[in-house]
Amino acid sequence: MKLIKDFLDRIKPNFQEGGSLNKLHSTFDALETFLFVPGHTAPSKGAHIRDGIDLKRTMFTVVIAMLPVFIWGMFNVGYQHFLSMGEKTVFFSLQNLIFGAQVALPMVIVSYSVGLGVEFAFAQFRKHPVNEGFLVTGLLIPLSLPPHVPLWMVGLATIFAVVIGKEVFGGTGMNLLNPALTARVFLFFAFPTYMTGDTIWIANQADGYSGATSLTNIANAKSMPVDGNWASIFRWDAMDMFFGFEPGSLGETSVFMCLIGALILFATGIGSWKIIVATFLGGLLGGLILNIMANFGIGDAIVYMHMPAYYHLLIGGFAFGAVYMATDPVSAAQTERGKWIYGIGIGIVCIIIRVFNGAYPEGMMLAILMMNVTAPIIDYYQVQGNIKRRLARA
Amino acid sequence: MGKVIKIKKGLDILIKGEASGFISSAPLANTFAIKPSDFNGLLPKLEVAVGDEVKAGDPLFHDKSNPSIKFTAPVSGEIVAINRGEKRVIQEIVILADKKNSFKNFGTTPLNALSEEAVKEKMLLSGAWVHLKQRPFNIIADPNVKPKAIFISGFNTAPLSADINLQLANKSDIFQIGIDILNKLANGNVFIGLPADKPLIDTLKNCKNTTNSFFDGPHPSGLVGVQIHFTRPINKGDYVFTIAPQDVLIIGKLFKEGIYDTKKLVALVGSSFKTNAYIETYVGTSIGDIIKTNLNEGKNRIISGNILCGTQIKEDNYLGFYDDTLTIIPEGDEAEFLGWLLPTYPRPSASRAFVWLSRLFQKGKESGFEVNANMHGEERAYVVTNEYEKVMPMDILPNYLIKAIMANDIDKMEQLGIYEVVEEDLALCEFVCTSKIDVQSILRKGLNYALKEA
Repeated sequence: MKLIKDFLDRIKPNFQEGGSLNKLHSTFDALETFLFVPGHTAPSKGAHIRDGIDLKRTMFTVVIAMLPVFIWGMFNVGYQHFLSMGEKTVFFSLQNLIFGAQVALPMVIVSYSVGLGVEFAFAQFRKHPVNEGFLVTGLLIPLSLPPHVPLWMVGLATIFAVVIGKEVFGGTGMNLLNPALTARVFLFFAFPTYMTGDTIWIANQADGYSGATSLTNIANAKSMPVDGNWASIFRWDAMDMFFGFEPGSLGETSVFMCLIGALILFATGIGSWKIIVATFLGGLLGGLILNIMANFGIGDAIVYMHMPAYYHLLIGGFAFGAVYMATDPVSAAQTERGKWIYGIGIGIVCIIIRVFNGAYPEGMMLAILMMNVTAPIIDYYQVQGNIKRRLARA
Repeated sequence: MGKVIKIKKGLDILIKGEASGFISSAPLANTFAIKPSDFNGLLPKLEVAVGDEVKAGDPLFHDKSNPSIKFTAPVSGEIVAINRGEKRVIQEIVILADKKNSFKNFGTTPLNALSEEAVKEKMLLSGAWVHLKQRPFNIIADPNVKPKAIFISGFNTAPLSADINLQLANKSDIFQIGIDILNKLANGNVFIGLPADKPLIDTLKNCKNTTNSFFDGPHPSGLVGVQIHFTRPINKGDYVFTIAPQDVLIIGKLFKEGIYDTKKLVALVGSSFKTNAYIETYVGTSIGDIIKTNLNEGKNRIISGNILCGTQIKEDNYLGFYDDTLTIIPEGDEAEFLGWLLPTYPRPSASRAFVWLSRLFQKGKESGFEVNANMHGEERAYVVTNEYEKVMPMDILPNYLIKAIMANDIDKMEQLGIYEVVEEDLALCEFVCTSKIDVQSILRKGLNYALKEA
């Protein structure tokens, strides 16, 4: 340890003002503070002791919470690939993992290296420290993309996320939209053929195999299921969809793994349980309302509207979005009551887009982005409430 | 017992080095000083020169914008130095104590015969007035305003704070006189906040002519600001005075015996002291003599006041005017290898992420943590939400208030309740902040700005 520290201290002058490598100082700072939490002490007035938590640890905790879906995702990518080839493999097999890793790891490496490159460049240019937030964004981007997406698109989307999603707003903490979703939505509208359809959800799927997801299947359903057997429409039963044995974006398929991630976020207090719970409640509520409407004959012809509400939470990226995307504290509502409204809003809007907008089978992405935009307004009214209470007291 | 106000939000931080009930018999320090920087917004105008002899209660300087506010000598002796800093700003007026401690006599009058004006005049002249603080702004009470109420917190909840029961023991009569005097200033609106779950000393239990409210819950339930918020909240245009219990004794003594006697018990806390105890001394004591033989080796941080909101001072400096605690902890300015991943030693945290990554966190739970002044991270933009709110019992949105101050938006600051808070009320927010924002100094900037605009 001392050796590394001494080495860093020795080369440090090169990176400081006037040093030959001054242009790389934020890179050096980032590396140095990654290895060593600096010995900064509290200012001479104020709180002389500070909490052990910092943003690095906070972000790292989120990364840990994402590992369950990431690992499941790798197995599933392999599993779905071999399934399309006609090989029914054991899900947790080395073969699946190796194939999945070959697909997923390059995506992660591209996203991290491109993203951190842009981050470091901005940090240098704007003379601010490199922010840890990208540790999370850099993993969320590949997790939210279909496994068959070309790597150059991962890189392009990452640049877009960091520059347009974050830096143009003034950097970490200032962005209006979730940067990872900004990346996804960019690809979704810029390269729709790579982001929708039946051939992108399985990496290198065999020709002629239908790679449609449960989401596509239900959206295209023309007639009600026989004997209420919804699995015949989805092609998977509720359990399969809960655990995530279906094709889909890298990290989205397993609701179970998302819930483990949510548990980690709850247990550590890092993610807002209110947002997660509210989003799930909103989804259920939205589904139930449509069920009731359909039962009263409104939109009776739409099969989707008859689908039991809880299926909404199992199909597509609902759980993934609720746990990992909606909870981004910067783009979410920041007041406590606001978080309930924000979460329920995401759930309901997601269901509405899914059911009524045939062009966008997955409503979650747009629902979260829409509520990201709405969040400041929600907070505004919460803050006004606080101000009014104070005025009423006088 | 009256109504108990239950405080749910907050945080008790257990720290090693609390002062035991033991009162050390250490001799009195040689020098004492009054530091104008202890008073927010003060411009001092000297009334003495080096070489002058003063009695306790003789004026040293006054407030330029309000000459009736006098700052007087806490002990008798010779003015040995008037230290100035940059731009010749007066830093401290130093008195070499003659150890006889002769007091200037301000005379005694039967309490019943005293008018509000007479009370004010005597307090201003003797220097006792300065012990009254005013909200909004956390400044010396303005003698020209009528306070809505005067508030006293009868207990401390902050980590490593002094025990008020000990400070007030066997002082019932003087304390009562002090309270009666305060009643004259506030038309009978004197409020005391008391603990719901701790034994009360007779001085507080038997105290008359006050409105008592009882508080239960973690820190900051013992902060006077929180107690005001839940009983007589400060609205725009309101003035509330606050005073520490020990300072009520100073007022009591002034009206009982006619002298400005600032004797008080000061707690020596923090793990860098060899012995944590109380000492009896006067306002503005030099600390060099106190810590000389009682300090552990190593690089230490000396804090005049509480660990959560005090001021760092050097070892040849003086205890702050309002402070009744001297805190010394290790500086802790060492870098930590991968410290963001695994801590190398236990440290307090409000975050559960810590428990999860480190069992070490639990270690300090029973006996208190050995803390230091390390930031445990670097300053970042605001990212995490609902941290401040969890330790802020008042109906105030600290995040939005701080952002309003950063944006210099005076209307928003007012609307969001800046007049209700002083630095110590947001100290826990600063402690828990993941982004390591210096909340208290930002609040001070906001208060200064609002004071200038007012």
